[in-house]
Amino acid sequence: MGFLEKLGRLDRRWIFLLIAVSVTIPLMLQRPAPVKPSPIVRNLYTAIDALPPGSKLLLSLDYGPSTVPENDPMAHAIARHALSKDLKLYVMTIWATGPPLISNLFETVIIPGFPNKTYGEDYLNLGYKVGNQGLIQSLTSDFRNQYTQDVGWGDIAARPVGQIPMMSTIRTIKDFDFIAGIGSGQPGLKEWVQFAGDPTGTPVGGGVTAVEAPLLYPYYPTQLVGLLGGLAGAAEYEALLVENHPEFGEAAQVALIRMFPQTVAHLVIVSFVLLGNISYFAQRGRRRK
Amino acid sequence: MDWSTVQLWVGALLTLMIFSFLYKDNPFYKFAEHLFVGVSAAYWMVQGFWQQIVPNLLAKLAPGSFENIIEAARGQQPELVYIIPLILGLILLTRLIPSIAWFSRWSMAFIIGYTAGSNLPRYLVSDFIKQVEKTLALPLVATHADNWLQWIMYSVSNLVVFGGVICGLVYFYFSKEHTGAFGRASRAGIWVLMVAFGASFGYTVMARISLLIGRLEFLGSWIRSFT
Repeated sequence: MGFLEKLGRLDRRWIFLLIAVSVTIPLMLQRPAPVKPSPIVRNLYTAIDALPPGSKLLLSLDYGPSTVPENDPMAHAIARHALSKDLKLYVMTIWATGPPLISNLFETVIIPGFPNKTYGEDYLNLGYKVGNQGLIQSLTSDFRNQYTQDVGWGDIAARPVGQIPMMSTIRTIKDFDFIAGIGSGQPGLKEWVQFAGDPTGTPVGGGVTAVEAPLLYPYYPTQLVGLLGGLAGAAEYEALLVENHPEFGEAAQVALIRMFPQTVAHLVIVSFVLLGNISYFAQRGRRRK
Repeated sequence: MDWSTVQLWVGALLTLMIFSFLYKDNPFYKFAEHLFVGVSAAYWMVQGFWQQIVPNLLAKLAPGSFENIIEAARGQQPELVYIIPLILGLILLTRLIPSIAWFSRWSMAFIIGYTAGSNLPRYLVSDFIKQVEKTLALPLVATHADNWLQWIMYSVSNLVVFGGVICGLVYFYFSKEHTGAFGRASRAGIWVLMVAFGASFGYTVMARISLLIGRLEFLGSWIRSFT
């Protein structure tokens, strides 16, 4: 058996091992990858950056723990950006797995990064509601019917929306200046475009896992202001954020650091794809002879 | 040993159990898989109950009984219209009793009818009308560009999108034999589809590697906790 035939019969566990090594070693170096922001990411950044202070940004974390490595950097970067621009940040989720992610956002980004911001005046936790796209649709006609109170945060107890300063001007989804959806499936950013952005004209943008990204590209640029596609999209947004806000430092470079092992792993996978094809064609050539 | 250390250890051991499947199927993997499914189901049920059924149903029907839990219910009057979703929700549970399981079809009919009725117009507008509109309104030659190179790129991009859509549609048109110019357009349509699938596959690889990175970071934090 020749080398190429042996390669074609290689036990796939060797490939798993090589991928693990190719991810682990670059990860230990903790080096941010050089990333050039693409127009679709730059558009989202510019749209949020252009919102005047006091504008209302709805951030919906529609994902679960399984896609945290991809989605968290997106959500955290947008939250950092919004609060640094003095926007009002409303955080919610239409996934049952979302509430702990909101807590994590508050604990790791908002509380340590923005100690001068006040809960209920600058940022708000609206929590989770059942209903998927039906919920989004109902928010276009009556936001307060669904969200009768917030969820509270830490020692701050939940309050009726009538007692929350940030909610005084919110009646429907149209009262928001921007909807940012971070999603990993259905319901997610697609539903925010279909059921909130398109019918009301409220600008929608956000980020999704790489698996879902190709489904969202057709909405850009008219129905979707911008899109962060997977870890690469998150890294591009972080690159723009760090470029304009160097004070955020390493805390805002999570996706950039993850892109380095990502790149090495891709090179390994592409190498195996090429070797696999060479092996296949070589074997086919021999069979024909 | 504090609570966060216990969480870290449980998470790390379960991660290793799941990874063990890469070597071969084994009881540790099975245990972690079943635990994951069970915990997920229970978690979704608890969240649904406390975040939706209590504040948006029970607290509306009997606000006095829930004002200690739901602040917004304090001083509110009962809204009896919520009896309808309560009944529909309860009869959905008749699926658990085979002799009267057919009752649940009423709720299912309501859910499916509402979902179809609300989704159809939204999908039609967002995924069909607006997409057709954008494709047809696409200028074959770029009208805005900062320089000639960008102009060429934008124009080529527009032509690829327009031509790709037409060829993709031709491939799925089976009322005419795929021969001659029509056949060539159909074969070009296959190429467009293959490129689209390839892009999706590439993105999927990126997503899976991202998840692996996340898990390895977590295992790294677990290993660092030894020191």
